[in-house]
Amino acid sequence: MRWLTEGKTIPVLTIVVVIMIVWYVGAVFMNAPVQRDMNKRAKIEPTTAEFVEQTWNQPKPILPAPHQIAQNFWKATFGVKVTSRRSLVYDAGVTLSSTVLGFALGTVLGVLIAVGIVHLPTLERSFMPWIIASQTIPILAIAPMLIVVLAAIGVKGLIPKALISAYLSFFPVVVGMVKGLRSPDGLLLDLMRTYNAGRAVTFWKLRVPASLPFLFASMKIAIAASLVGAIVGELPTGARAGIGSKLLIGSYYGQTIQIWSALLMASLLATALIVIVGLSERLTLRNMGARP
Amino acid sequence: MNQVYIIGAIVFWLAAWAVNEWLVRLKSANRLVNRTRLVAVPLLFGVAVLVVWEGLVRGFSIQAVLLPPPSAIWARLVSSIPTLWADFRQTFLKAVVAGYVIGNLSGFVFAILADRVDFLRRGLLPVGNLVSALPMIGIAPIMVMWFGFDWQSKAAVVVVMTFFPMLVNAVAGLAATGHMERDLMRTYASDYWQTLTRLRLPAAAPFIFNALKINSTLALIGAIVAEFFGTPIVGMGFRISTEVGRMNIDMVWAEIAVAALAGSLFYGVVALAERAVTFWHPSVRGG
Repeated sequence: MRWLTEGKTIPVLTIVVVIMIVWYVGAVFMNAPVQRDMNKRAKIEPTTAEFVEQTWNQPKPILPAPHQIAQNFWKATFGVKVTSRRSLVYDAGVTLSSTVLGFALGTVLGVLIAVGIVHLPTLERSFMPWIIASQTIPILAIAPMLIVVLAAIGVKGLIPKALISAYLSFFPVVVGMVKGLRSPDGLLLDLMRTYNAGRAVTFWKLRVPASLPFLFASMKIAIAASLVGAIVGELPTGARAGIGSKLLIGSYYGQTIQIWSALLMASLLATALIVIVGLSERLTLRNMGARP
Repeated sequence: MNQVYIIGAIVFWLAAWAVNEWLVRLKSANRLVNRTRLVAVPLLFGVAVLVVWEGLVRGFSIQAVLLPPPSAIWARLVSSIPTLWADFRQTFLKAVVAGYVIGNLSGFVFAILADRVDFLRRGLLPVGNLVSALPMIGIAPIMVMWFGFDWQSKAAVVVVMTFFPMLVNAVAGLAATGHMERDLMRTYASDYWQTLTRLRLPAAAPFIFNALKINSTLALIGAIVAEFFGTPIVGMGFRISTEVGRMNIDMVWAEIAVAALAGSLFYGVVALAERAVTFWHPSVRGG
C-alpha cells in the first residue's frame, strides 16, 4: 500500500477527476442561461436531467464540456486528411515547423553569444546587462510589427514566425550557457592548467561538458517559449494556418469548441517538445558518462 | 551625404567599443569609480546601438514604414503622450495590476493549502509543473469571450498565467526549511501558524520573490497579447496591432518603448522589494 500513500499517481488522478467534475458542473451553470433562452424560444420544457444534457451538447457553448472538446479534437485530428486545411494536424505541423526552426536558430545564436561573452570581458560588460534587462520587457509586443515589416520587404510565411520564436528562445539559452560555461570552479581550472592545457583545450574538454546540464535546462524553457512565439506570431496578420490562426478564427466566429481543441493540441505539442528535450538530455549525459 | 552618416555610425561604434575596452580594463581602487564603470559600459553600448541605428537608417535611407530612426520614434513618443498614457492606464494600471495581485495571491493561498495537506501537494505539484510549461496565452480568446472586451478579460488572462508559477515556487519555498530549524521551533512549543509566519514564510521569501519577478514579465505579456483578441479602442496591445495595420511603425515603436519602460520599472520595483524583505539572504548581502 506504499504507492497509495507515497506515490504521485493517486493524488494526481484525484486532482484530475476533481477538475473534470468542476468542469462539467461549471459547464451546466455557464451554459444554462443561453440554453434556457433557446428552450423558451423553441417552447420546450425539459426535465432537469434533459436540461443538463442539453447544456453539455450545445453547438457554441460558453464552456464546452470535456467530451465535446475530445470529440472535436478526435475528428479534427484523425477524421480528416492530414493535408486538409481543416485538419488540426496540419495546423500543428505549421506551428511546429516555425517553432523548431526558431528554436534551432535561437539556440545556436544563444550558444555563440554565450561563448563570446565568456571569452570577451568587454562584450560581457556591455551586452549582458541588456540581455538581463530585455527579459523584463514584453518582447512579444514586437511580434505583429516584425511580421508586417518583414512582409513589406517580401519575407513571408515561415521565416518571420521563426524569427519571433528565435528571439524568445535566445535569452534563456544565453543566460544558462554563460552560467554553465562559468560553472567549472578554480580547482578544475587549476587542474587543466597543470596539464598545460591552452584556452581551446580547456574550453572543449572542461567548459563545454560542464555547461551541458545548464544548456539542456535552458533549452526546456526555450522550446516552450519558442512555441508561444510561434503561436503569437500567427495572430496579428491573420495567418491562414497554424494553431494561432485557429484560435483567432475561433474567437471571431465564437467557435469555442474549436478554440479548446486547438488549445489541447498546443498543450500536447508543448509537452511532447519538452519530453523530447528531456530525453535527449538523458541520452547525451549518459553517453558522456554522467551519473544519474 | 549618405555615406557621411554610415561612416559616422561606424566611427562612433568603433570609438565607443574602444572606450569600453579601456573602461573594462581600467583597474581602480576607488569604489565609486568602479560603480560608475559598471553603469557606464552598458550605457555607452546602448547609446552606440542607437547611434548606429540612426546612422544606418539615414545612410541607407530606409523607409520609415520599415524601420524609423530613433529620433523619429522619440519625436512621436513626445507628441503622443496623452494617447500613450491612456493605453498605459488601460493595460497596465487596470489589467496587469489587478490580474497580478489576484493571480499571485491565489497562487500563494493554494500553496499554503497544498503545503498543509500533503495529498494535495503531491497531486497539485505535477499538474502545476505541467501547466506552467503550457502556452497559457492561448486562453486569451476564451477569457475575452467570458469577461467581455474591457480590462477584466485581460486581468483574467493574467490571473491564469501568474497563478501556476507562484504556486510551484511558493510550495518549493515552503519546503526549503531544514529539519534543524523546524525542530528548534518545536522545542519553543510554537504552533503551526507561529512556525509558518516566523520561520517558514521568511525562508520561502526568496522563492516567492522569484515567482513575483517571473510573473511581472508574464503579466505584461499576457495583457498585451490578450488585447490582440479584442478590446475597447484603448490599450497597449490594441494600439500596437492597429497602428501596425495602418503602417504607423513609429507609433508602434513608441508604444513598445513605453511597454519596455513599464516592464523594467515593474521588475525593478519587485527587485527592490526583494532586497528590502530578504536582506538576510546571502545573494543580497554579498552584493
